Amino acid sequence: MSRHASGLMAWLMQRATAVYLALAALYLLWFVSVDPPADHAALVAWISQPLVRLGVLLAVSLLVAHSWVGVRNVLMDYIHPLWLRLALLLLGGGLVLASGLWLMWVVMVAGV
Amino acid sequence: MSRVRPVFLDLRRIALPLPGLVSILHRVSGLLLVLALPSVAWLVERALSGPEGFAVVVVMLDAWPSRLLQGVLLWSLLHHLLAGLRHLALDLGWGLERVMARRTAWLTLVTALVLLVGFLLVGGWR
Repeated sequence: MSRHASGLMAWLMQRATAVYLALAALYLLWFVSVDPPADHAALVAWISQPLVRLGVLLAVSLLVAHSWVGVRNVLMDYIHPLWLRLALLLLGGGLVLASGLWLMWVVMVAGV
Repeated sequence: MSRVRPVFLDLRRIALPLPGLVSILHRVSGLLLVLALPSVAWLVERALSGPEGFAVVVVMLDAWPSRLLQGVLLWSLLHHLLAGLRHLALDLGWGLERVMARRTAWLTLVTALVLLVGFLLVGGWR
């Protein structure tokens, strides 16, 4: 893929993921403020609903993509020494990917 | 066509108009949210691990230093969400005129703060 096309893909992906993440964020804000789980059993019961689990898993994977594109954009704009940019990209990407995979694992095995 | 484009991204010397402020805060808030990801993953893991873990998370979320952080992160989420929606609208060609762009930037900034105060007052966030 040419550099232009990869930039366009990133641009498109950022907006497509944003739409789903916005809806997910609104739902989660509503959930934790209006109807927060009272105890561990309630939390597990909530996450064990197939639609919730799938929806959260999709949200986390899209969040990983969205975060990566965002971190990459910001670093490419402001960090100019190549070694530092690469180091921070690696750090940021690692942080996002590790957190995301960990979250997905935890959500997948909860209550199973 | 000239290959050298004028690029000016010196953060110390940029004087920002309001839409620029909203835009840079969109980046700052996004960065804060990314930095919070490991802690969020840890909290979710603990809360789902069992009743003891859930109790630990409740105590941690109740502590004042963490409440301040939660406030910052809640603002980040609200601002990032609203500024993101504004950017999506701009991408669709809506609100591009200068007056309108300033008005929606102002609206974004204020709404995020008002919602933050609303959430904190309603206290769903205890």
